[in-house]
Amino acid sequence: MDIWKLSAVELGKKIKEKEVTVSEALEAALLQIEEKEADYNCYITVDRAAARERAQKVQKRIDSGELTSALAGVPVAVKDNMCTQGLLTTCGSKMLENFVPTYSAEAVNRLEAAGAVIIGKTNMDEFAMGSTTETSAYGATKNPWKKEHVPGGSSGGSAAAVAAGECFFALGSDTGGSIRQPASFCGIVGMKPTYGTVSRYGLIAYGSSLDQIGPMSRDVTDCAVILETIAGCDKKDSTSIDRKALSMNDSGWTGMDFSAALREDVRGMRIGIPRDYFTDGLDDEVKASVLGAAKTFEECGARVEEFDLSFVDYAVPAYYTIAAAEASSNLERFDGVKYGYRTAGYEDLHSMYRKTRSEGFGTEVKRRIMLGSFVLSSGYYDAYYLKALRVKALIKKAFDRAFETYDLILAPTAPTAAPRLGSSLSDPIQMYLSDVYTISVNLAGLPGITVPCGMTQAGLPVGVQLIGNCFMEKKLIQAAYTYERAAGKFPVPSERRGAK
Amino acid sequence: MSRQYETVIGLEVHVELATKTKIFCGCSTSFGGAPNTHTCPVCTGMPGSLPVLNRQVVEYAMAVGIAANCEITRCLKFDRKNYFYPDNPQNYQISQLYLPICRNGYVEIETPEGIKQVRIHEIHMEEDAGKLVHDDWSDTSLVDYNRSGVPLIEIVSEPDMRSAQEVIAYLEKLRLLIQYLGASDCKLQEGSMRADVNLSVREAGAEAYGTRTEMKNLNSFRAITRAIEGESARQIELLESGRSVVQETRKWDDGKEMSYAMRSKEDAQDYRYFPDPDLVPVIISEAWIEKVRASQPEFRTEKMERYKKEYGIPDYDIGILTQSKHMADLFEETVAICPLPKKVSNWLMVETMRLLKEKNMDAQDIRYSAGNLAKLIQMVEDKEINGTIAKEVFEVMFEQDTDPEIYVEEHGLKTVTDENALNRAVEDVIAANPQTVEEYRNGKEKVLGFLVGQTMKVMKGQADPALVNRLLKEKLS
Repeated sequence: MDIWKLSAVELGKKIKEKEVTVSEALEAALLQIEEKEADYNCYITVDRAAARERAQKVQKRIDSGELTSALAGVPVAVKDNMCTQGLLTTCGSKMLENFVPTYSAEAVNRLEAAGAVIIGKTNMDEFAMGSTTETSAYGATKNPWKKEHVPGGSSGGSAAAVAAGECFFALGSDTGGSIRQPASFCGIVGMKPTYGTVSRYGLIAYGSSLDQIGPMSRDVTDCAVILETIAGCDKKDSTSIDRKALSMNDSGWTGMDFSAALREDVRGMRIGIPRDYFTDGLDDEVKASVLGAAKTFEECGARVEEFDLSFVDYAVPAYYTIAAAEASSNLERFDGVKYGYRTAGYEDLHSMYRKTRSEGFGTEVKRRIMLGSFVLSSGYYDAYYLKALRVKALIKKAFDRAFETYDLILAPTAPTAAPRLGSSLSDPIQMYLSDVYTISVNLAGLPGITVPCGMTQAGLPVGVQLIGNCFMEKKLIQAAYTYERAAGKFPVPSERRGAK
Repeated sequence: MSRQYETVIGLEVHVELATKTKIFCGCSTSFGGAPNTHTCPVCTGMPGSLPVLNRQVVEYAMAVGIAANCEITRCLKFDRKNYFYPDNPQNYQISQLYLPICRNGYVEIETPEGIKQVRIHEIHMEEDAGKLVHDDWSDTSLVDYNRSGVPLIEIVSEPDMRSAQEVIAYLEKLRLLIQYLGASDCKLQEGSMRADVNLSVREAGAEAYGTRTEMKNLNSFRAITRAIEGESARQIELLESGRSVVQETRKWDDGKEMSYAMRSKEDAQDYRYFPDPDLVPVIISEAWIEKVRASQPEFRTEKMERYKKEYGIPDYDIGILTQSKHMADLFEETVAICPLPKKVSNWLMVETMRLLKEKNMDAQDIRYSAGNLAKLIQMVEDKEINGTIAKEVFEVMFEQDTDPEIYVEEHGLKTVTDENALNRAVEDVIAANPQTVEEYRNGKEKVLGFLVGQTMKVMKGQADPALVNRLLKEKLS
């Protein structure tokens, strides 16, 4: 049995049935790391000793019957923008090259309470700003399907680690597509929950009103179980939503018993395809794969039709205005005073600030800080920031209208499959535009899931994105699960290569 | 000076609220902890931490707003004010710009010309910063974040004041309102109340305001008065000599009795205010406002009227007693136990005020309890101790809230009621002072006081002076 090829839920079951020990599971993942890290660079930090120690403890608590969760004993990788107590948390930046948090993010605490074993922290675009994981101060991550290609971003390390078998599942964060796009590029499942579903406490903020933590996994079943583990109202996050307090006449769709939605049934579901997403910018192969998925849904009994979403062209500028504005303020705390990098030589306070931030931040982060500071400055605030907020409200309205007719929206995740390393950074505008299908979901606060739906001729995966109305994760999971069963399980990279 | 000038003053008053915990986290607001011990990831700006609003802050701000006749904003938000300084751990301060909690209020002050309204432009909530400690020895600065995140309200007045006297009257009024509400102790010296003075001058009768300056670092009423007088004179002098006032922020140096320019308008920072995405809007319901309104205490004016009716003490006494909520409470509690309002008032007005002044303390720092003051007064009434001894005991009680009965017992201070002992003492004094006795008998009656004093001395103060007086008179007649 190749332990590393198991899904998280399969592994959890085998651990409970004493077929596999927690240590064996951990060593299986560590062996993959040993063999593949030099090629892929998925991790910034792997903490073998702490993981081994924790595996022992978790095993004891499973044996004593204290831990019964589906994820008990399963090794997990955490994106490096979530605080982990006592474990280096860099956010992919030189600025936090030495930052060891004194506390853990709520999502991390919930995973650990369920008995998951943290292996390490995954690579990411610096402060989650980027779509390729190439802006990381710790080197680019490579796509496990083709090393010359990017894994996507900003949760590229998490996506690649899941695809390569260097962990059994991972946490990512999604501000404008940072879970779904790398999931699509790496052939895995990734979900961005409704804003407010997973606590942001301990997630190092990029765009606070858009950031959400979510699962990145081998299949839809894992995705549902992981989300069930990390979701929940948290008093430490004012924007977290108490979904139990929502009284909606929704026949149970808004509940948080996500694994209950693992049912093969899309009969009668109305799925809308936004005509305005299938225009010139979309790669033909990607288009064919995504429309192929739509056909599968139809065959499974869903009613699929095209419609006009509108405001699509305004999403990218609105997103980059809002996200950059929030980021410019969120990143002010990195000043060399309290933690993280401080420049070696300085004359006074001002020069300490200037040199620390000039040396500590990379180009893309500086670009967004400047952009964000500009749109918030007096005289420009109304023209840019306020206008972007109005566009955000219009986009939300457009989705509200669509969900009056449709249960779900089916769309591409990205306009292309994974680009080659080094081909994106030279043209940031082009890189920003490639977020067009994912960012509206963040602007509207909606849940979205990406599921693998095909391969390009070049051997790169393509993911189809399903978008739901607020709190409709269960609908997404049920549809994605039905599709996954109908399409057959997606291969892992080495199998594919082996078959060649 | 050839022309007549008018001084125009508006105030920005910061008040530290008396909540037990900070505005956005559960850390204690208490003073005196070792540096960085009342801190957590939130108030030290650790990456990933998030603010959660303390509802008591909203309630206190609302209470002050209601007391100052303000409109309460029904949907309020917090905004980030972005600026870099090490005492500000996030490099932005969470404050309110766009939707402050209170707007358009006023308070009434007494001026020589009569009652005057000072309008309140707005009251907003915000967080305090930490404290920088400069170590000259090693030429480094250290930061203590214990005060970081302590809740503040900023009360912004309209430019309605015309003299230092009016400013002090306005500040006194705010201080009383807020102290009566229990929302803050409002101590200028300790910084729980701070005032920045915006001041301009214009020719008497002019419509337009002159160019204003903002004065900071004013931590006593005296400093405020002197700063206003100094700044007003400085601006008039500039105008008189044909120069103009520069819009700038100035720092008052109370030791040197002068101010320095800190930064001009041109250097003013762009704070890039925007709504804090980490906090959700707060909706204030009619019911919540009513609840806060219903729990407003009896303020000074109403209290003064009631005292007059209920206790029948002089206006002068009432004025002093109600100057502080703590003193008024102490008065009422004591009278409830020992129903002698004038006696209680005397102890508060005379002895208490004297000791407060001597020890440079505020009325709210009074430590002794109503129960002990009541006991002391009762002991004097029952002639268990005389007035002089009572004052001695009171000084001890003032310091340590000592039980006067126990103290008098332990120190043997009770008035001697044994008539034989007293008679003996009186006889001894008469025998020892034949010359004085002679003078008295010759009609020089005021020397009796000396003999009373001598007798009290022999009795070590523990006698009833009235009784001594009577006995002496009897024996000398």
